Amino acid sequence: MERTGIAIEQLTKRYGSGQTAVDALKGVDLSVEPGEVVGLVGPSGSGKSTLLKCLGAVIEPSSGVMKIGGSPIYDNRWLAGDLRALRRDKIGFVFQAPYLIPFLDVIDNVALLPMLAGERNGASRERALAVLEALDVAHRARAMPSQLSGGEQQRVAIARALVNRPPVVLADEPTAPLDSKRALGVIGLLNDMARQYETAVIVVTHDEKIIPTFKRIYHIRDGRTHEEAGEGKALYETADYCSGH
Amino acid sequence: MISLAGKDILHGWGRFILTAAGLGLLIGVTLSMAGIYRGMVDDANVLLDNSGADLWVVQQGTIGPWAEPSTIPDDLYRSVLSIDGVERASNVVYLTMQVRHGERGIRAMVTGVAPGRRQSDPGQPRFLVAGRTMTAGHYEAIADVSSGLDVGDLVTIRRNRYRVVGLTRRMVSSSGDPMIFIPLRDAQQAQSLKDSDAIVQQRHRREGNPAFNPPGVPGLLDAVNADDASSSAVNAVLVRLKPGASPELAGSAIERWLRLEAYGRAEMQSILVEKLIATSARQIAMFLVILSVVSAAIVAFIIYTMTMSKIREIAVLKLLGTRNRVIASMILQQALGLGLIGFVVGKIAATLWAPFFPKYVLLIPGDAARGFLLVMAICVVASLLAIRAALMVDPAEAIGG
Repeated sequence: MERTGIAIEQLTKRYGSGQTAVDALKGVDLSVEPGEVVGLVGPSGSGKSTLLKCLGAVIEPSSGVMKIGGSPIYDNRWLAGDLRALRRDKIGFVFQAPYLIPFLDVIDNVALLPMLAGERNGASRERALAVLEALDVAHRARAMPSQLSGGEQQRVAIARALVNRPPVVLADEPTAPLDSKRALGVIGLLNDMARQYETAVIVVTHDEKIIPTFKRIYHIRDGRTHEEAGEGKALYETADYCSGH
Repeated sequence: MISLAGKDILHGWGRFILTAAGLGLLIGVTLSMAGIYRGMVDDANVLLDNSGADLWVVQQGTIGPWAEPSTIPDDLYRSVLSIDGVERASNVVYLTMQVRHGERGIRAMVTGVAPGRRQSDPGQPRFLVAGRTMTAGHYEAIADVSSGLDVGDLVTIRRNRYRVVGLTRRMVSSSGDPMIFIPLRDAQQAQSLKDSDAIVQQRHRREGNPAFNPPGVPGLLDAVNADDASSSAVNAVLVRLKPGASPELAGSAIERWLRLEAYGRAEMQSILVEKLIATSARQIAMFLVILSVVSAAIVAFIIYTMTMSKIREIAVLKLLGTRNRVIASMILQQALGLGLIGFVVGKIAATLWAPFFPKYVLLIPGDAARGFLLVMAICVVASLLAIRAALMVDPAEAIGG
């Protein structure tokens, strides 16, 4: 089996039909290894969000091939019967805002995914606690989201994305509302967690502060991607971010 | 799996409880309306039960004595007693009128019965809770406690004053007015009593009328005037049958031989419930339907608003792989929780405020059970709109762009 976190080949997405059809993606190729964090950058309207929704199995591409963890999940049609289960088990999501469930405490926010997968509550919470400890936020396990700082909320959101150990994590502008130090801290965390959990991480961003941290960057423009090597600078100090609220 | 609905309710319990309490007051009003209807029916049944009669004998062609006026001679009860199967028969007079106690007016059903009879005789006041039965032929009264009168009080009925010598419980008319028992003769007089001016004018008219005052017949006018001042009519004869006697046979014999109307228990109940209080019952039924619809609309609005305020969370839950049935179950559980708390609040409220209603409010467990099922059904139906909206949320809404 290929050692690939996520790989797509010639992925296209067309909205509408006939003369009014719009090709949002025109044959996108992309591959991210387990443990790797890559950037996906592009101007507004370039197709970033469409690509993210296709990768997240939220919308159906028009054609192409998509594999997660070496297994094909899309080959001109969805191969997985249950896209919800696919999203729950194979894909982690980190959003621009943490979007934690406000009526669940921290540990249940994280444990919810294993519970949805049918795991027992106790085992789910143990697993959630382990991820929270890895992200240095376990001491807030019983706090409600409204009681957390912005940084803590984002770390809980990352924990939620990782708790089911998915082969791929999609991060949609995860640093947009943060200052430079915290933004770099989040990227540091994602790099650490990607290595620790052997997860491929795609960070959609146009935050210039963090772009130099990626070793590989996919530029998307007019529905097509081209890859370039990034600087891969370690500008971040994860520990600073973890300790700063 | 944790209960998402329970967690959400606990998170905003104050707002949830207040909302449920508001709904509960509406449910309380609905339960009270049902209780008012039950109270009316119960009043009607109590009137029949407490009369102790098996047959009600009234004027031919009427459905008296309560639903229509009925007048029959007061000596007919003797003929009724001669009918096969009849054990006891009593004359009664019913007058729904305003009586006075000091400055206070009391709406009451004044009932004339023969004094000194056994309490178990048909028509007699039963269930004395204070005082004694009437023993004098005039100016004594027995009142229901709901009239607010006490033993020893004086009440004015028409021109005469009566001393209350006893109190009864749950002796009310079909419209819930307390019954005040007075001696039969007094009730007959009260029924036919004219004011003094009318009597004087009538006497003048007769004096000038040669038919009543012919020359050479000096006693005729006095006899006519004397007859006018007295009344020998009653409204009904209440009949108790001998054990094993058939009400149908006795009733048909009375109708055939005495040319009167005789109604059994079921017929009289039908007259009271289906005719006398039918319009009020339909009015209450309309209110019940409207309140149910309003309750359903309010529950639907509350649940829909609660769901819409969580659209982002629902989108995130769906994106994270939550099944539709988990989300639908969360909304449904919240709707049922709202209904459950609302019902408990409503039941308590209805029970607490029922004694303060001027008429009898009868809250029966069967109505409460039916109300509970109806509230739950309304909550289920009302949550469908919110569930539909939630299931239509696109998980892509959680992703920007």
